[in-house]
Amino acid sequence: MSKPSMNWAAIDADPRFQALHKKKTTFLWGLMIFSTVYYFLLPIGAAYYQDLFKIKVWGVVNVGILFALSEFIVAWTIAFAYSKKANAEFDAMAQEIINDAHKMGA
Amino acid sequence: MTKTINKLGFTAAALCASGSAFAAGAVADEFKWMTFAVFGVIIAITMAITFWAAKQTHTTSEFYAAGRSVSGIQNGWAIAGDYLSAASFLGIAGLISLYGYDGFMYSVGWLVAYITVLLVIAEPCRNIGKYTMGDILAFRNDPKKTKTVAALSTITVSTFYLTAQMVGGGVLIKTLIGIDYKVSIIGVGILMLAYVVFGGMKATTWVQITKAVLLVCASILLVMLVWAPYGFSLPDYLQAVVGDTKVQGQVAKLLGDKAGNMSPAELGQRFLEPGLFLKSPIDQISLGMALVLGTAGMPHILMRFFTVPTAQAARTSVIWAMGIIGGFYVLTLFLGTGAAMLVGSAKIASIDPGGNMAGPLLAQYLGGGESSMLGNFFLAFVAAVAFATIVAVVAGLVLAAASAMAHDIYVGVIKGDHATPQEQVTAARVSSVIVGIMAIVVGILAEGQNVAHLVALAFAVAASGNLPTVFLTLYWKKCNTGGIVAGMLIGSITAIALVMISPNMTYPLAVLKAAHKVIDGEPATEAKPAVDAKAGEGFTCELFAVCKKAEAAKPAEAAKPAKPGTKEKMATLKAKLDAATDEAQKKTIQADFDKVKKANDKAEGDLKKFEGQTTSMMGLEKPFFLLKNPGLISIPLGFLAVIIGSLLYRDQRAEDMWDELYVRQNTGIHAEAATAH
Repeated sequence: MSKPSMNWAAIDADPRFQALHKKKTTFLWGLMIFSTVYYFLLPIGAAYYQDLFKIKVWGVVNVGILFALSEFIVAWTIAFAYSKKANAEFDAMAQEIINDAHKMGA
Repeated sequence: MTKTINKLGFTAAALCASGSAFAAGAVADEFKWMTFAVFGVIIAITMAITFWAAKQTHTTSEFYAAGRSVSGIQNGWAIAGDYLSAASFLGIAGLISLYGYDGFMYSVGWLVAYITVLLVIAEPCRNIGKYTMGDILAFRNDPKKTKTVAALSTITVSTFYLTAQMVGGGVLIKTLIGIDYKVSIIGVGILMLAYVVFGGMKATTWVQITKAVLLVCASILLVMLVWAPYGFSLPDYLQAVVGDTKVQGQVAKLLGDKAGNMSPAELGQRFLEPGLFLKSPIDQISLGMALVLGTAGMPHILMRFFTVPTAQAARTSVIWAMGIIGGFYVLTLFLGTGAAMLVGSAKIASIDPGGNMAGPLLAQYLGGGESSMLGNFFLAFVAAVAFATIVAVVAGLVLAAASAMAHDIYVGVIKGDHATPQEQVTAARVSSVIVGIMAIVVGILAEGQNVAHLVALAFAVAASGNLPTVFLTLYWKKCNTGGIVAGMLIGSITAIALVMISPNMTYPLAVLKAAHKVIDGEPATEAKPAVDAKAGEGFTCELFAVCKKAEAAKPAEAAKPAKPGTKEKMATLKAKLDAATDEAQKKTIQADFDKVKKANDKAEGDLKKFEGQTTSMMGLEKPFFLLKNPGLISIPLGFLAVIIGSLLYRDQRAEDMWDELYVRQNTGIHAEAATAH
């Protein structure tokens, strides 16, 4: 089951691959940085902004509980956003490159 | 975080840390048959799965990766089954039941960790990898060197995690149904070996799926029962929680003197506010880093992505895993607060001080209580799910460690990648047996040891050693063999070394002091004026015991009367018991006496154990590194070591192969295909 050799450098240099690389990098790093910052806001808030976390907003439900619950919503939203974008855009772009891969640099 | 974070947070291990305080088992003798019946049904189901899987497991790809035929959704459930160990299943519900908000906050990091897995690890690993983490690292590097360090690290991480799971599992089963510790360990070990050796990844996957489904169903049912009386309204439900006298009592107990001038309503509300448990933000951030980066470096999690047919399926599996894991943690908010309100923290802590019995006791209560048939059936069911949990998690870990041993070391390094398919499968099975037996032996040897820090340590090593190397070989062109070896060794060793000198270890002087306090009591103290906060001498001082740490402000303290020790208390109770005439009264006094005696015995045991010792295993009188979690220092060091190592080593071939690696990880060209069935 030997695999045909590919001209990887040519594929890498292909403008379509470069476009995929650029799009993916920006999108992924954006999400990654946002999610990390949002996550660490929770322990920081709980330690240094306790007065804010204690404010009751919905019966006995306070800002702290809503913020902790929002961490779950944000994590799920990020997962959903990434999967939507990847399914709709990245996969199609990659498929186009795969289809032409054996011709590149030949 | 307080000094108890790891002890309480990682259930499995925690149970062991607090080993002496167990009743004969939470299930009453007359209902034990029911527990065994439920256990039997679950074992029968998993054995049937193994039998079915064994018939389809012949090749290496089938053994390690289930023939890459697991669907995304199935793999998502399996990841959840692999990840929701007894620690998250029982431990977090327990933390919430004892400490309210902080327990819930603690669970968040375990979910957020999967964002890293989803965005940067899952798909590239599926596209590049074959069976192990070593395959990914060896892609454009010296295979022998990288596979050796990868296997060493995989075995180290798995062993830490495995030991914590085995010890915790043994104690858990003992606590629930009173089966002897050694028997439990051997039982878990043999079952897990049967799954892995005969059924390989396919059986392991389906055991994990079964367990995850059982766990989620049981939790949903319990939450329904807890929440329904309040019409599924969040504020109404939480109003009932904060209005409960047991919850208010628990907060008053936690706050001690500070609770003096608080109204019952304020005390209840305090349960939903931060700061009852997690007190050191730096330590928490350090743990958060280890979770967020460590999960993505866990060999048994990475390995799960080799079981799906495509990168798209790997993506789907993380999305499903995040849904299940996150949903489960939201449910634990209700399980934990429900247990605090309905069962009461005092009762939960009396069976296990770490709170691990919160979920099982809640189940018993909701079914109708201690003496009811249904209550005990619920308890038996939850106990059986806990048992399935341990076996499923342990099986995943053993498979990961065995694959590193067989595929990386034996086939990759010793045989130079020239082994026949038959030899490979045999090596995999033999390695599984070796790792499995090792797990049983370590589990038995570690009985009664404090293994609480091992789970945190496993995550820290994975985050400091594995993740930086995997991440940089995937995303940095100049990364090479030199960087991987340096990063893996320096990251892992730093993490382990820091934990060895941290507050996680046992310091005899502190133990002896605490034991004396228990036995002899405390003298009366005079009133103290309030003390202002003192600034420390810099950030380093917060991490290492070399200079003055910042101190928080202390409110004024009223004079306190002397507290009697257990010796004195036992004498008083004994006198009372002799004087009592009423039978019922005698019974309560006897119960109090037994409680005090237990505390006394434990303290005396500690005195005996540590008599004459002044220093920890590392020769320290007190911790030198002040955090429980080393991630804050060891993770950046791991990354730095990969970068410096790569720049010093220089390898043209690694750079030349960058195009191939980068194109393949993004497109999936030449990725390992699924085997057709």
